[in-house]
Amino acid sequence: MANTVLETRDLTVRFGGHVAVNNVTCSFNAGELTAIVGPNGAGKTTYFNLISGQIPASGGTVHLNGRDITRDAVSVRTHLGIGRAFQLTNLFPNLSVLENVRLVIQAKLNKGFNLFSMADSHTDISLAAEAALKRVNLQDLAAQLVSELSHGNQRKLEVALLIALEPTVYMFDEPTAGMSVDEAPVVLDLIEELKDDKTRTVLLVEHKMDVIRTLADRIIVLHNGALAADGVPAEVMASDVVQEAYMGKALEDV
Amino acid sequence: MLVKLISGDRPRSLILGLVLLAILVALAFAPFLFPGTRSVDTAARVCIFILLVASYDLMLGYGGIVSFAHTMFFGMGAYGVALASIHMGRGFDALLVGSVVGALAAAALALVIGLFSLRVRAIFFAMITLAVASAVAVLVSQLSGITGGEDGLSYKIPRALTSAAKYADEKVLGVRINGKLMNYYLVFFGSLILFLLLLRLVNSPFGRVLQAIRENDFRAEAIGYRVIYYRVTATCLSAVVAALAGSLFAIWLRYVGPDTTLSFEIMIDILLMVVIGGMGTMYGAVIGATLFVVAQNYLQNLLGAAEEALVDLPVLPLLLNPDRWLLWLGVLFVLSVYFFPTGIVGRLRRRG
Ligand SMILES: Nc1ncnc2c1ncn2[C@@H]1O[C@H](COP(=O)(O)OP(=O)(O)OP(=O)(O)O)[C@@H](O)[C@H]1O
Ligand SMILES: [Mg+2]
Repeated sequence: MANTVLETRDLTVRFGGHVAVNNVTCSFNAGELTAIVGPNGAGKTTYFNLISGQIPASGGTVHLNGRDITRDAVSVRTHLGIGRAFQLTNLFPNLSVLENVRLVIQAKLNKGFNLFSMADSHTDISLAAEAALKRVNLQDLAAQLVSELSHGNQRKLEVALLIALEPTVYMFDEPTAGMSVDEAPVVLDLIEELKDDKTRTVLLVEHKMDVIRTLADRIIVLHNGALAADGVPAEVMASDVVQEAYMGKALEDV
Repeated sequence: MLVKLISGDRPRSLILGLVLLAILVALAFAPFLFPGTRSVDTAARVCIFILLVASYDLMLGYGGIVSFAHTMFFGMGAYGVALASIHMGRGFDALLVGSVVGALAAAALALVIGLFSLRVRAIFFAMITLAVASAVAVLVSQLSGITGGEDGLSYKIPRALTSAAKYADEKVLGVRINGKLMNYYLVFFGSLILFLLLLRLVNSPFGRVLQAIRENDFRAEAIGYRVIYYRVTATCLSAVVAALAGSLFAIWLRYVGPDTTLSFEIMIDILLMVVIGGMGTMYGAVIGATLFVVAQNYLQNLLGAAEEALVDLPVLPLLLNPDRWLLWLGVLFVLSVYFFPTGIVGRLRRRG
C-alpha cells in the first residue's frame, strides 16, 4: 500500500526455546487504527517491544517510513517517530506530574543537553506540558508527585506522555486496563480523536470487544506469537477460527 | 538575582534556609570569626569537601550512579597541581596548568570508564570504579619516583598565597592581611563558584534528565533520551569538579599524599556526608560536609574533655577516649540514617 508507515517483515524473537513472536509480517498505514488482539501470552506486548526496540529481534526487520530501524536504539526510534504507552505503568514516580510530561517535550525538542539554562525558564516546554495534561484532565494535579496519584490517574498520565510526544506511530498497550468506568472515556475519546485526524498510525492492544468495535479500522490476531488473522473488524470477529480458538467466551459476551 | 544565582533552587524550608545562610556567613568570614590556624584550616576543608561531596551528589543523588572512584578524581586534581608546581617551579602558571591537566585527565578517565561500563549495568560501573581506583592508589604508592609514594609530595606555591606575603601593615579585626588569607579566599570563592555551577547543572534541562534516569532509566530511554550519553556526561562533569576540588586542596595544603586525597577512607567519608546531608539535594552536601568535617576536627577534643571530666567513673572514660571518635561518628551515622532516611535536608523540607 502506498501510505505504509510501519512495517514488520518476518519479525521473530525467541526466548530460549520459546518463540514469543513468530515470523510476523504486517504493515500499518497512515490514518488507520489497528487493534491487536489475542489471548494472554500471545505475544502482543512482545511484538510492541520489538517495534519500539526494548527487545532486540532474533530475526526479521522493522521499517519506519521505508527506513530499516531494526538495529536502532530505543531513543533513536522515538526520535524517528515511534511512540509507546506501556501496559504496566512506567513513569517517573518521584517527579511531579507536570515534570513527567515536560521531560517528554524536552526530549522531543532535543534540549536534554542544555546544561546551563534553568529548566523552568523554558516556558514553551511547560506550556506544552500543561496542554497535554489538560487533554487527559490531569491539569489540577500537575504539581503532585506521580507516586501520590491514584492508579487510574497514573494510567491517564501514561497516555498523556504519549500524546505529548506526538509521534508518527502511536502504540497503546491496553490503555484503559485498571481504569474505572468513569475514567476510561477520557482516554478512549483521545484515541478516537487521533483516529479522526486520519493522518496518524495507531496500534491498539485491547481486550475489550466493545472498544475494538467502535474504534478499530482493522484487527489483527496474534496467537502463539504468529499472525493468525488480519482484516476488517466484522470479518475477523465473525471468522470461526477467531471465535472458537482465540476469543472464546469474550465474543459471546458482547 | 539571588534566586537566579541559586538557579531557582530555593531551600524550601525556613530552618534549612537559615542554616545554609549561617554556614555561608561563617565560611565567608571564617578568618575573622574564628581566627587561628586550626580553625581556618577546618573552614578551608569544609569549603573543599562541600564541593567534593556536591560533585559526588551530582552523580549519586541526581544520576543514580554509584562510584567508588571519586577520591581518585579528587587526587588527580591534587597531584596535577603538585607535579606542575614541582616541575614548572612555583607560580600561578603551574597552579593553572596543574589544575587544567588534572581536570582533563579526570574527565578522560571518567569517559573511558563510563563508556566501557555504564552501558552494561550500574552495579558493574560501581565495581569497575572500585577496581580502577584501587589500581591507581597502588600505582601512586609504587611509583614513588614520580608521586613521592606513601610520603607524598611537598612543594612551593606562589609567595602571594603564603603568609610570607603581607598586604597591609595594620591588622584588620585582629587578622593579618597576608597571602594565607588570600589563599583561604581562593579556596572559598573557588568552591562557592563551582558549587553554584553544580546547582545550575542540576536545575538545568540536563539535570532534569538525570533525575528522570535515576527514577526510571527504561522510560527515560523510551521517551527519547540516550541514557548512556547522559550518564557518561554526568560522570565526566562530576569527575572534573572533583579534580578541581582536589586542586584547591593541594593549593591550600601545599602537600599531597595518598592519605589526604586518594584513600578509601575519604571515599567512605564522602558517602557518609552525602547520605547524612541528603542525596539529590545539593544542599545536603553543604550540611553533610560541614557537620562531618567539623566533627572530624573537633569531636576528638570534645571527647578528650568529656573523658577528663568523667575520669573517676567506670567504663565511661574508656568509651569517651578520643581514639574512639570514629566509633561515635559511626553511631551518629546509624542514628541519622535511621531517623532521617532522606537525609537532614529531606527531613527539614518535609516539616517546613
Ligand atoms: N523478556 C522475556 N523473556 C522470556 N520470556 C518472555 C519475555 N517477554 C515475554 N516473554 C514470554 O513471551 C510470551 C508473550 O508475552 P507477552 O507479554 O508479549 O504477551 P501478551 O500478548 O502481551 O499478553 P497479555 O495479554 O497478558 O499482556 C509469554 O509467554 C511471555 O512469558
Ligand atoms: Mg501484554
